[in-house]
Amino acid sequence: MTTISVTVNGKQYTRDVEPRMLLVHFLREQLNLTGTHIGCDTSQCGACVVHLNGVSVKSCTTLAVQADGATVTTIEGLANGATLHPLQEGFWEKHGLQCGYCTPGMIMAAADLLKHNPNPSDAEIRHGLEGNLCRCTGYENIVKAVRYAADKMSVTTAD
Amino acid sequence: MTTEIKERIVGRSIKRREDPKLITGKGSYIDDIKLAGMLHVALVRSPYAHATITSIDASAALAVPGVVAVFIGNDMLDINPLPCAWAAGRVKNNLNTPRALAVGTVRHVGEAVAMVLAEDRYIARDAADLVEVEYAALPVVVDAKKATEPGAPQLHENAPNNIVMEWDCGDKAKTDAAFASAEVTIAEPIINQRLIPTPMETRGSITRYDEATGEFTVWMTSQAPHVMRLLLTAFVFGIPETKLRCISPNIGGGFGQKIFCYNDMAFTMWAARKLGRPVKFVEDRSENYKASTHGRDHITDAELAGTKDGTITGLRVKTYANLGGYLSTIAPGIPTTLYGRILSGVYKIPAAYCHVTGVYTNTAMVDAYRGAGRPEASYLIERMIDRYAAEIGLDPADVRRKNFIQPEDFPYDNGLGMLPYDSGNYEPALDKALAIAGYADFRKAQAEARQNGRYLGLGISSYVEVCGVAPSAWVGLAGEGWGAGLFESANVRVHLTGKVAVTTGSLPHGQGLETTFAQVVSDELGVPYDDVEIQWGDTQGTPFGYGTYGSRSLTVGGTAIKKSLDKIKEKAKKLAAHMLEANEADIVFEDGKAYVKGSPDKAKTLGEIALQASLAYSLPAGMEPFLDETSYYDPPNCTFPFGTHISIVEVDTETGRIDLKRYIAVDDCGNQINPLIVQGQIHGGIVQGVAQALYERAVYDEDGQLLSGTLMDYAIPTAEMSPHIETDHTVTPSPVNPLGVKGAGEAGTIASAQCVMNAVIDALAPFGVKHMQMPASPERVWKAIHQK
Repeated sequence: MTTISVTVNGKQYTRDVEPRMLLVHFLREQLNLTGTHIGCDTSQCGACVVHLNGVSVKSCTTLAVQADGATVTTIEGLANGATLHPLQEGFWEKHGLQCGYCTPGMIMAAADLLKHNPNPSDAEIRHGLEGNLCRCTGYENIVKAVRYAADKMSVTTAD
Repeated sequence: MTTEIKERIVGRSIKRREDPKLITGKGSYIDDIKLAGMLHVALVRSPYAHATITSIDASAALAVPGVVAVFIGNDMLDINPLPCAWAAGRVKNNLNTPRALAVGTVRHVGEAVAMVLAEDRYIARDAADLVEVEYAALPVVVDAKKATEPGAPQLHENAPNNIVMEWDCGDKAKTDAAFASAEVTIAEPIINQRLIPTPMETRGSITRYDEATGEFTVWMTSQAPHVMRLLLTAFVFGIPETKLRCISPNIGGGFGQKIFCYNDMAFTMWAARKLGRPVKFVEDRSENYKASTHGRDHITDAELAGTKDGTITGLRVKTYANLGGYLSTIAPGIPTTLYGRILSGVYKIPAAYCHVTGVYTNTAMVDAYRGAGRPEASYLIERMIDRYAAEIGLDPADVRRKNFIQPEDFPYDNGLGMLPYDSGNYEPALDKALAIAGYADFRKAQAEARQNGRYLGLGISSYVEVCGVAPSAWVGLAGEGWGAGLFESANVRVHLTGKVAVTTGSLPHGQGLETTFAQVVSDELGVPYDDVEIQWGDTQGTPFGYGTYGSRSLTVGGTAIKKSLDKIKEKAKKLAAHMLEANEADIVFEDGKAYVKGSPDKAKTLGEIALQASLAYSLPAGMEPFLDETSYYDPPNCTFPFGTHISIVEVDTETGRIDLKRYIAVDDCGNQINPLIVQGQIHGGIVQGVAQALYERAVYDEDGQLLSGTLMDYAIPTAEMSPHIETDHTVTPSPVNPLGVKGAGEAGTIASAQCVMNAVIDALAPFGVKHMQMPASPERVWKAIHQK
């Protein structure tokens, strides 16, 4: 067992973990943050994307010990209190989700995308989400949802 | 009247009520559920496709700290194999179904051989690797046609030549005669490749057993929890249904794969009872690929007969349907009732015949995958129409138009034993799609592009599907072989406070049914949308229903709700008459209020009526308290959505890569309750069909190893691999149900694979390509161009 100390969604946790424990299992099983999902075993699907020190990572291929001393943001920590993040709002407004299973990872990946490219074209959105799979929506409304968020965030920034 | 009339919301694209919890990470999927004292299961699975189990030694696994037990198939001989609930109708079926864990022989890679139960998932996995199983390998067959040939390895004693069943439909003699006298005949071998459904959430189950009462509670990733309860109790465990409660929590997509009764439901129940502790099993993706159901996998010889001027005179089809190593729950029903009987599509074909051989092979079980039989049928007829049009030198749009079933032909009997098509008007959908595509201009652009060495293609797919399954009398044991009914149910209660609770046998796993149903309820009762709660998924607390698949939940489940709402309104009118001291015949119920005709100012609101019904101090003679009504709706017919899709592709002749430049979908699913949700269903369905055309193929090697066993090897499309989709629609209400709806969940998938393949083959026509098997991978396309 190794002791790690991680700040998740603004709250600090100190826990003993096996060195081989995956970050996704740490979040889901030790911290009960089950919004981060597992959809594959080969790091393809992106259902498990979280932010580690502000950068999107697949938490199924990150060890919990790698998060020692780090800051993690999960889908549960994205909204500002009762105010949804523009991406969450966009996914709701534009019907960017159906079963909702890929959605947390998709939103976290899209947040990282918009950080690096605040005004992406539709093609750039599609390219930027290549590490996240959705089987329900055909991506059409996911693109619209990210576009919605990009537009809203640029207006907010302009204000 | 002083109060405002509630705005009607049926037909409006309101955003989904399901979403707030899902976008904030507060959904509750199977793997999110933890019970006190819960044990975790890891399975030992066969690495062989066909073998005899000679020994199993679990001693090393049992020695691992934290391991509680290891069980094998022989431990569970007190429960029965899983049932097959849909044998092909009216023919002999040689049924073989899987056990909870294999006994004696394994018949596909990934078949479960032993289960390890431990205190956490890591320990269970470690210990599973320590279970020593010895196998004696047996010869393997993975191809359905080869499996029926002399000398092929035999999977089951009761199935000579690996044949599950021989089934046919249509008129053989008439069809043979049509071919004998035909001006033109086309023959084409058509393969509909095996696919893996791939919901983003894999499957699993958790069982808690109450020793004091002998009751099981199973949380399951199921599209049909009531059916699971019936199958697991009456068939597998031989216990009363009342001893099992099944709960479907949030489900991360199903696409058919989560309809069925699976071994983990049985072995978690068995082990939870044995050990007196809750037991959880959730498969990982590789396990889902190896051991949960696959779809499609047909090898077909298709023939079409017609005149030189474009009138189809006959269709003859021989299909080998690969059903895998055992039969999944409804496997034989898919390539028969849901395939053969709809093969003639949107066309008047005077003579048609289809023969299907269902086959066992050393592969994962094959069962319904989105569309289930209908994509295979629609792919076949639409490819053959294009082949025929090319052969006689006519425009494929014109050939379609010439052979369409006409509006005045409905209800239409297609001669293949399908129920009569309810309604349709196929030409406007075709015209609309052609107009959006700019068809006339496209042909000019295509010709010019070819001059410049660029190869564009346009594909048309005019489809009809059968949804809203199904009248019990038709589909059931005496007919199509389904071992039960296919009605649906709903209970509606108006509580003391006027809030409305609706429980349904249908349940969503991404379709937005809570929103759609609430829109219907809100309008029908005239109550605020937010006062309506839709509850589902728990067999304790919802009326018996067959579940969600076959695009049936709005058509059948929605109509069950409508029937209950009608009963509520009738009772409310009776009670309002009593409250207003008027004759019931004079009472109008409108916009959530009941009043005497002509006196809307003295109305009683539904809330007031519900309160009176609940307090019950003054009710009409003989009236029971409470507004609480349940309905079971057995549809008189299926529904038959239709439409035309068009795609435009460009082929890179150097690399063989297909660029899907445009995708246009004009669909008719009857009335739309929530167009935003309908459109979402169409989008997702289309991309699954596009993926079949361009990317996906489940591949077994000769030894029965699944080469496409992970998401690294099986090509689920990403956003970048998926087209932008242009949607439009026509509206031809279904006369079958009072909502006038037809179903939209599968339409996109049923229409799209052939739409893209027709475009690819149109683009490759200058190279003499007449047909190509799916997926049209760059390698296949390049070879078609360069290796003639």
